[in-house]
Amino acid sequence: MSYVIIGNSTAAVGAIEGIRKYDSSTPVTVVSDEPYHTYSRPLISYYLGGKVTKENMIYRPLDFYQRNNIRTMLGIKAMSVDYSNKTVLLENGEKLGYSKLLLATGGKPFIPPMGGLDKKNIFNFIKMDDVKAIEKVAVRGSKAVVIGASFSGLKAVEALVKRNVSVTVIDIMSRIMPRVLDDTAAAIAAKTLKDHDVKVLLNNTVETILGEDTAAGVLLKDGTKIDCDFIILAIGVRCNTDLVKDSGIKINRGIVVDEKMQTSIPDVYAAGDVAEGYNFIEEKMMEIAIIPNAYYQGETAGANMTGGNKTFNDGFIMNSMPLLDLPIISAGISEDREGIEVISKFEPEKDTYKKFYISDNRLVGYLLINEVDRAGIYTDMIRNQSDITALKTSLGAEGFGFINFPKDMRKEKMQKGGAA
Amino acid sequence: MSLDYSTSEFTINRDKDRCIDCQVCVRQCANEAHYYDDEEQKVCSDEHKCVNCHRCVTLCPTRALSIKKHELEFRANANWTENAIKDIYKQAATGGILLTGMGNDRPYPIYWDHMLLNASQVTNPSIDPLREPMELKTFLGRKPESLKVENGKLAEKLPPQLELEIPIMFSAMSFGSISLNACKSMAQTAYENGIMYNTGEGGLHRDLYKYGRNTIVQVASGRFGVHPGYLNAGAAIEIKIGQGAKPGIGGHLPGEKVEAEVSLTRMIPQGSDAISPAPHHDIYSIEDLRQLIFALKEATNYTKPISVKIAAVHNVAAICSGIARAGADIIAIDGYRGGTGAAPTRIRDNVGIPVELALAAVDTRLRDEGIRNQVSIVCGGSVRNSADIIKAIALGADAVYIASSALLTMGCHMCQKCYTGKCNWGIATQDPNLTKRLNPEIAVKRLTNLLHAWSHEMKEMLGGMGINAIESLRGNRHMLRGIGLSDRDLNILGIKAAGE
Amino acid sequence: MDNNKVSNRKRIYAKEEVCIGCRLCEVHCVVAHSQYKNDIVKAYKKSPQRPLSRILVEETRPVSFGLQCRHCDDPKCVKACITGAMQQDPDTGIVTNDESRCIGCWTCILACPYGVIKRDFKGRKVASKCDFCIDLGGSPACVKNCPNEALYVDEVRVLNNEESKEKGGTAK
Repeated sequence: MSYVIIGNSTAAVGAIEGIRKYDSSTPVTVVSDEPYHTYSRPLISYYLGGKVTKENMIYRPLDFYQRNNIRTMLGIKAMSVDYSNKTVLLENGEKLGYSKLLLATGGKPFIPPMGGLDKKNIFNFIKMDDVKAIEKVAVRGSKAVVIGASFSGLKAVEALVKRNVSVTVIDIMSRIMPRVLDDTAAAIAAKTLKDHDVKVLLNNTVETILGEDTAAGVLLKDGTKIDCDFIILAIGVRCNTDLVKDSGIKINRGIVVDEKMQTSIPDVYAAGDVAEGYNFIEEKMMEIAIIPNAYYQGETAGANMTGGNKTFNDGFIMNSMPLLDLPIISAGISEDREGIEVISKFEPEKDTYKKFYISDNRLVGYLLINEVDRAGIYTDMIRNQSDITALKTSLGAEGFGFINFPKDMRKEKMQKGGAA
Repeated sequence: MSLDYSTSEFTINRDKDRCIDCQVCVRQCANEAHYYDDEEQKVCSDEHKCVNCHRCVTLCPTRALSIKKHELEFRANANWTENAIKDIYKQAATGGILLTGMGNDRPYPIYWDHMLLNASQVTNPSIDPLREPMELKTFLGRKPESLKVENGKLAEKLPPQLELEIPIMFSAMSFGSISLNACKSMAQTAYENGIMYNTGEGGLHRDLYKYGRNTIVQVASGRFGVHPGYLNAGAAIEIKIGQGAKPGIGGHLPGEKVEAEVSLTRMIPQGSDAISPAPHHDIYSIEDLRQLIFALKEATNYTKPISVKIAAVHNVAAICSGIARAGADIIAIDGYRGGTGAAPTRIRDNVGIPVELALAAVDTRLRDEGIRNQVSIVCGGSVRNSADIIKAIALGADAVYIASSALLTMGCHMCQKCYTGKCNWGIATQDPNLTKRLNPEIAVKRLTNLLHAWSHEMKEMLGGMGINAIESLRGNRHMLRGIGLSDRDLNILGIKAAGE
Repeated sequence: MDNNKVSNRKRIYAKEEVCIGCRLCEVHCVVAHSQYKNDIVKAYKKSPQRPLSRILVEETRPVSFGLQCRHCDDPKCVKACITGAMQQDPDTGIVTNDESRCIGCWTCILACPYGVIKRDFKGRKVASKCDFCIDLGGSPACVKNCPNEALYVDEVRVLNNEESKEKGGTAK
């Protein structure tokens, strides 16, 4: 008997902790093409920005594998999986046998077609090696173009600003972080960028990357030319299904899993950014590429690999994305839709914005800009789908908390508090 | 607007080195004597609003506060004291009667403190309460002339009795004058310790019916909250003719204190003043009292003792003789030191007589008339410690009523501002922000502690006298000697002088 | 499943009926987390950067109560933390934030269903929350110093962090 995990990030760690909670003896092997001890991917922008040292990038202590009796094969790529013989072929020719397999291969960058992609100084913004390369060229006074004003791109912008790099960020949509922010919120966020001298070009795309063999500028759709010393591509992420593509396992946009994290192949599980599970707020199957989700899915897969019966079926999108000094927290639905009631509170003097999406007297989404304290209470309302008729008028009020709940609702929450 | 002659009674001293501006005092003072100055970024005080209740002093985490008497001094005058002068200023400004709370605070003699107890020496050895059983239990109620025993059992059923583990009961304090939490605390303490508490004239709240077997329900002149269920809920019924704090007038609860629960329990509209008439309008003679006593006995099937509470006034002995003959099972005498939630100052301080003298006079009179067994006597009106209780019993009481002592136990600091409804200790108020300050769990523990402490002390004093049962002390005037009393006082008290 | 670990988890609860809204719990929490744990005056006057109170008092008169980290059996903050700074002790169940590794991303604030994590802006900008006073031997300063006994510790027996739970210990 042995468990094999392909991947070494959040979902893999969740799986390890899920396995070891119930099974301390069965051998577990972790395979990853990155040579690093498990590290937190979101921290790469903080590393680049100088807030976190290389040593503090680790996601679990250095003795994590040893303490949990995990065998690691780092810096070795998995090439293919043989489901009938239950083996994984590694790039060094070795075949790893498994009784249960977890695919936690994460995401890979999405690169749309544009000219000049073969030049030097064009970087992705996904993993440690990306920022290790970027830091060599991102020096004070240099000029950068960041393509993509979503969460990932803006974290890159933030890091570059901290390094005193002059930044221009370009996006095809009409506002930054278009999937999460509305126009009001985006305006507040854009003001923050402007205050830090970041140039934002919207409704635009890059046609071609200019330069000889090193990127030296970009040519936009509308004909504008921008000089730069390097380029960061942060347009999007796709599920990294390369390992098992065309192998017969059910793949949609990601590897499809049920509420137990089982794939269409027996004894094979998937978790994290690569998996496509049930988003119960959107009421459809989709990848939910956020850390909490990756951890929960990993933990669930791990428990079930040991023979357990854990389910995870209340996943939904949630993000805390501080942009420079501006806190931004959102969860659930993030756009106006038919049949969804919207309550919003905007205080321009304080740059505070709060927006709530309500369906059938249940909270299905929210967005908080600047005053993000106690956001988790709203997240919990989404997760529990509790009836919030009594709370609708006080959502987003100053000092909102359990004090606004009707007494019996509050007592139930607080007296049970903490017990699963 | 004309000149305001009122000056602050107290000063608030804040030690600047210790104050951390945590604002606990600001949050806790219902009189808003402390406030946070945003501009100065520190806590400041307005001493004019201070009533010296010590709430802030007690809660301050760094003990940075202390309250002192304001140092304003009038020219020394033994006749026109500061208070006498200020009372005139107050009445000139308001045109109203002076109101006050708690009991008479004037320096009249305290007879408890002029009586001394005996202790056994050579011929009658003392008893060690830690080694020998001591009986503090007593029964209140009418006792028959004689007992008929047949075949080892009582031939006739005894009249209904109240069984007390110790001879102490919580005196009448109405729900309305005090908070429900305060009532609850005393009810539960009485229940757990085998004694009684008294509802006062505010009726019985539905949450307290479960303590019925340790409750004396009161029927006062306003008949607030009186209905058949109420009469049958308690272990005894008390007809309130008067109270020591304000003999001759009825209770007064300002409309501000009559909120939803008070209104429901008293069966009066919310916000209306609850004023009890001076007399019971169906008792205009001793015969009428007899009629009411027996009406209540009929209503409760003669299963509950009926108590009559009077204030200690002139001719109290004759009054009690009449009440005993009217069929009461218990007589409660309330002395002039008794407390109240609200009373006119002049009445509180000038009407009534000390309970010590009243008690002795009543006990002597009833004995002389040969009817002492027909009633139990309970006395109240400032019983302050266990020694007072022993002396009261020696003078002739069967048990004592305590009220101010119970309130002090629950946090009262005797600021005498009960009538404002802003009691910072959550006792004499209905403001929900304040009533939650009285946590019944804590109050019950403290009240129980007091009862245990006093019981133990009583046993020590009894043992010292060579007595092992409270029954042997009752009316045992020989155990008392007077000190610093005139012959007349000694005579009325029926005790000898120390040295005799 | 072969791990049947049973542990006694402690949790602090509030009784809103007797909370008087004085906020002495906040005062004592600040002191307990300052460098002058035994001297309130010094903790307030001398601390260069006075720590935040980890207990939060919610109040709309006349209702008030204190609320702090429940040290949940399934700690959402730990599972959401992107750096691994938020950790749970497997034996005591107490959840603590390693402030040296916290980067102030506020993902824990997003996740905590009780909203009891605060943003601490002094210094490094980190998430601040109740640690059950482990530095004081696990006797929470707020519970000890509440003048009206409005906070109490309840013990819950937890089987392997999973569903079946029995209330044991000093349940009130």
